[in-house]
Amino acid sequence: MKIVVCIKQVPDTTEIKINPVTGTLIREGVPSIINPDDKAGLELALRLKDEFNAHVTVITMGPPQADAALREAYAMGADRAIHLTDKKFAGADTLATSHALAGALRQLEFDLLITGRQAIDGDTAQVGPQIAEHLDLPQVSYLEDLTFDGKKTFTIKRAIEDGYQMLEVDAPCVVTVLSNAFKPRYMSVRGIVEAYTQQVEMWGFEQISVAEEKLGLKGSPTRVHKAFSRGVKASGELYEVEANEAVGIIMSKLKEKFIL
Amino acid sequence: MDFSLTKQQLLFQQMIREFAEKEVKPLAAEVDEQERFPMETVEKMAKIGIMGIPIPTQYGGAGGSNLLYSIAVEELSAACATTGVIVSAHTSLCAAPILEHGTEAQKQKYLPKLASGEWIGAFGLTEPNAGTDASAQQTTAVADGDNYIINGSKIFITNAIYAQVYVIFAMTDKSQGTRGITAFIIEKGTPGFSMGKKEKKMGIRGSATCELIFENCIIPKENLLGKVSGGFGIAMKTLDGGRVGIASQALGIAQGAMDETVKYIKERKQFGKPLSAFQNTAFQMADLETRVQAARLLVRSAACKKDSGLPYSVDAAMAKLYASETAMEVTNKAIQFHGGYGYTREYPVERMLRDAKITEIYEGTSEVQRMVISASLFK
Repeated sequence: MKIVVCIKQVPDTTEIKINPVTGTLIREGVPSIINPDDKAGLELALRLKDEFNAHVTVITMGPPQADAALREAYAMGADRAIHLTDKKFAGADTLATSHALAGALRQLEFDLLITGRQAIDGDTAQVGPQIAEHLDLPQVSYLEDLTFDGKKTFTIKRAIEDGYQMLEVDAPCVVTVLSNAFKPRYMSVRGIVEAYTQQVEMWGFEQISVAEEKLGLKGSPTRVHKAFSRGVKASGELYEVEANEAVGIIMSKLKEKFIL
Repeated sequence: MDFSLTKQQLLFQQMIREFAEKEVKPLAAEVDEQERFPMETVEKMAKIGIMGIPIPTQYGGAGGSNLLYSIAVEELSAACATTGVIVSAHTSLCAAPILEHGTEAQKQKYLPKLASGEWIGAFGLTEPNAGTDASAQQTTAVADGDNYIINGSKIFITNAIYAQVYVIFAMTDKSQGTRGITAFIIEKGTPGFSMGKKEKKMGIRGSATCELIFENCIIPKENLLGKVSGGFGIAMKTLDGGRVGIASQALGIAQGAMDETVKYIKERKQFGKPLSAFQNTAFQMADLETRVQAARLLVRSAACKKDSGLPYSVDAAMAKLYASETAMEVTNKAIQFHGGYGYTREYPVERMLRDAKITEIYEGTSEVQRMVISASLFK
């Protein structure tokens, strides 16, 4: 079995703080990590490797520093790493990103293509399904568990809002994985020792045969027009009232903020 | 000269730090309180290769550098010094002498199981009357055909209760003094080899420190490590490496106490402001941070010299001396900055102080390190 996992290097958003004076994000010193949903997806691939001797390729699109995410994947046990990097890919929205990735994936053989549900920086959850569409493959999103019959069929537990669906799908197919589905293993010491001696394949525009106008900023139907941070929460108000009256105040405040 | 870690070393540090934070730190107080050997942690460490970091891949190890090994002991010890010394004694004091002095057959037999963590290692040199004066060994080994018969005892042996493999030292020729000491590899379960009393210690309480007893213990000649009468040299060389491990442990304890203290004094308010806003506190913390960083550079320098094959005995002695005394000073002040809370077991700093003290004593006291350093100065 051959598996390809799409991973993204993202800033660890749990470490991002807001400058209270300027209201802007403080990103200095924020470590870059493998997107948690993608890391769970890589763990799924490595479990299938443990069980079925699957060959696991990881692919990422990003700037040169995204190399670190691929090294980490090697240290966890991936077999092959591909780094899509080209100035022509820069500034991509989800459509242009999925075109670039699909272009690369057409060059690869696989039975299972794994992506994360969504990346914690962009938070769209669109790239995985768009890749499936470009490649004309069936997709199952929100994967929480997967079993393989050893031949051709995957049985997938898919999380929906108030329960689960059990689905059967034949290879090749695309799945998007939830971060809490599989606890990622630690990198092994030997894996880390060898991670920087292994080859990362660098693929640019030339390797993926996708029309230039579909890529990067040019290929992006959407534009981020403005980015700004939500206001810092104001300090609380204190009411000294009876319990019944307090309930009324709390309910009206929650409605005012559209929480209820 | 480059003082920064490489990308690979940073990746390793990141992995060990995450492991220590998630798997080791949550158990540290319990392991201390119950004086319990954290076997489940050893199994987890074994699974990812922490028990065999500097052992070559041909013997089942990870083939890592001594610097990586030092970083691992530092990061583990910042969370739990007991866990740090379990790894250090296993790696530096048992696997290392077998790797450096063992025959090919001995390496094939012992190193893969030590590297995988299936077997835990220990080192038996100290006796009731031979501590700093390690040459005053009273345990004897008498040749008898194809065997040696060992009689005597060893005390204060780290990992003793849970180890399967021990490197021990005994007199094969008393008349020769230090030149009459020989090293042996002994396995758990050898007839005539038993455990004595388990020590009740002030710190590193989970590390299973115990007495070893040999009563007409018969071991085959294949288990002789190195040459007959070559034992003292093996012990001293082994301890040079071990001191890098203990220096790393001390550094980790100091860093762990710094992290706890910085967090505490930023949160704790008195007189309407956080303790960090009082200049007396801030300046003392600046001094401690500088000391910890100086200790780190000494530790890393000793580890790198060992990796480069350069002489590093004096570097190891200086690293251990300075890092252990730094650990004592930092943990002592950490309690002071925590005030009354620091004296309670609700906070980890009192455990860190108890753990720090042993780093000034074992694998050569601070006085032994000063002997090594001054001897090189005046030679």
